[in-house]
Amino acid sequence: MAILRTLEIKSISGHPGTVPGRGAVRGLEIAKLVDVTTCIGCKACEVACVEWNDHPFRETVFDNTYQTMPTTEWNYYNLIKFNEHQRDDGALMWLMRKDQCMHCEDPGCLRACPADGAIVQYTNGIVDFNQDKCIGCQYCVSGCPFDIPKFNPTTKKVYKCTLCSDRVGQGLEPACIKACPTGCLHFGTKDDMKALAETRAAQLRNDSLFPLPNAGVYDPQSIGGTHVLYVLHDITKPELYGGLPANPQIAFSYTLWKYVAKPIGLVVALLALLGVFFHYIFNGPKLPQPEPRAREEEL
Amino acid sequence: MTTSVERFDEKARREFGKLGHTTVHEGELLRHPVYTRFLHWTVAIFFFLGLLSGLAIYSPWLFNWLTPLFGGGPMARLLHPWFGLMFVIAYLLQFLNWLSLMRWTRGDKEWMRHLKDYVKGEQKLEPEYVGFFNGGQKLQFWEIIVGAGVLLISGLCMWLPELFGRLAVAIGYVLHDISALIMLFGIWIHIYLSTVGQPGTLQSMTRGVVTRSWAWTHHPAWYRERTGRDPREDYQRAVEGQAGRRRAAEARQSDASAAEPESEQLPKNAPVTSDK
Repeated sequence: MAILRTLEIKSISGHPGTVPGRGAVRGLEIAKLVDVTTCIGCKACEVACVEWNDHPFRETVFDNTYQTMPTTEWNYYNLIKFNEHQRDDGALMWLMRKDQCMHCEDPGCLRACPADGAIVQYTNGIVDFNQDKCIGCQYCVSGCPFDIPKFNPTTKKVYKCTLCSDRVGQGLEPACIKACPTGCLHFGTKDDMKALAETRAAQLRNDSLFPLPNAGVYDPQSIGGTHVLYVLHDITKPELYGGLPANPQIAFSYTLWKYVAKPIGLVVALLALLGVFFHYIFNGPKLPQPEPRAREEEL
Repeated sequence: MTTSVERFDEKARREFGKLGHTTVHEGELLRHPVYTRFLHWTVAIFFFLGLLSGLAIYSPWLFNWLTPLFGGGPMARLLHPWFGLMFVIAYLLQFLNWLSLMRWTRGDKEWMRHLKDYVKGEQKLEPEYVGFFNGGQKLQFWEIIVGAGVLLISGLCMWLPELFGRLAVAIGYVLHDISALIMLFGIWIHIYLSTVGQPGTLQSMTRGVVTRSWAWTHHPAWYRERTGRDPREDYQRAVEGQAGRRRAAEARQSDASAAEPESEQLPKNAPVTSDK
């Protein structure tokens, strides 16, 4: 996007007045909006994801639900989570949520990763894995509050949704967005998506026929917000949607570990090496006694 | 429990004694039998394999250059838990082997109180109560027992995250690293004191023997127990012997230099050999 700005028109020949749109700045941050209230569970996004990323269809297990498989996998980034929910009035309803990487503003995977360059966060908010640099330690797996990164035991690397960074970089929408037939998936700048989500949530709350008073937008601030937004029927119970955490957290131990224990510990451990070295330089060896007679003691 | 451990230990020592042997020369004492030496070096090998592969995972931005030793980062990550497991198993056997020698005694408490003098190295002879192991050695032994336990438990949490859950893994990283770094701290001291810091110590773990003078200097109570002789008396005798030899050498030298200057072969600081 930064490159596209160089092609912004500065002046126009023979044009009356100012240049239209001159100086307008688009938001750099992008976001994916998932309106779960209009999802029909068709799984077109799952197929589009598998196709674009050139993944083979993988084996799955049948667990008496409509869900393709229990969780996302290293070669299955995008999964509709199906939950059959009984409403307070006794009626049943499907809660269907498209599960994928949330592209957190403060990514737990990135915090946990010790390998230089294995995880990057772009200015537009996409969090991407660089498998060439990955050492397969799987710290990111436990660092993620959404249980998204998955380990491939064959290549010994970790994979997850890239938010189609390759497509977005070329000005295209992610593959899942392109495939959605109901318009429940939207893609644009974070500001636009946030506004659209709020509008939709207000519409749901104020619906005259079937109002959803708890409808709201999921953009958890405990991790600085995400670059995947959800419009939920009931924002007070995100756990109903296949275990979406209400208050996702990065464990404090990661901060303690990365910024305190690691550097201080290593320095202390190496101080011992320095210590014994100078002990020898200062005092010399302790010989079996009696040692050869010392000529004279030098200070 | 204790007796079965002792029987197992006894048997292992006997079997390893058959596999190898230890030659104790005149003026030397047997310190570590074949079984102990085997365990020590097995522990050491797996400690360093674990350390080097662990450092590569711990901070790739500092230690990525270590990963080719193990076939790259992912391979280092794959092998590291196995190295750790082997280290723990080998150390467990060493624990059983040394348990009776590592009991904490009043003498060790006393030794720890005088740690400063030990570090300064001002007293040439260790206090008379120091037995097979001194307080510092025992402290390190027990530190590694506790540390290896922490490494094992936190390591298992990280190895099988689907079994123990996210929180256990997150806490595991911190404990695993801290425990490993405490051990790394200790290993420098261990290597230093057993090689250049106290000459004559290394051979106790290679050939299995030490000189008598080494024994009465560093572990007087063990010397007494082993030989039935008084460490301080033998030390005094060695000092006198040394002085006597020096006088004799000087006398010979002055005689010889008066007559023939060529026999100035005997170095003045001839290495000390003990009487017995």
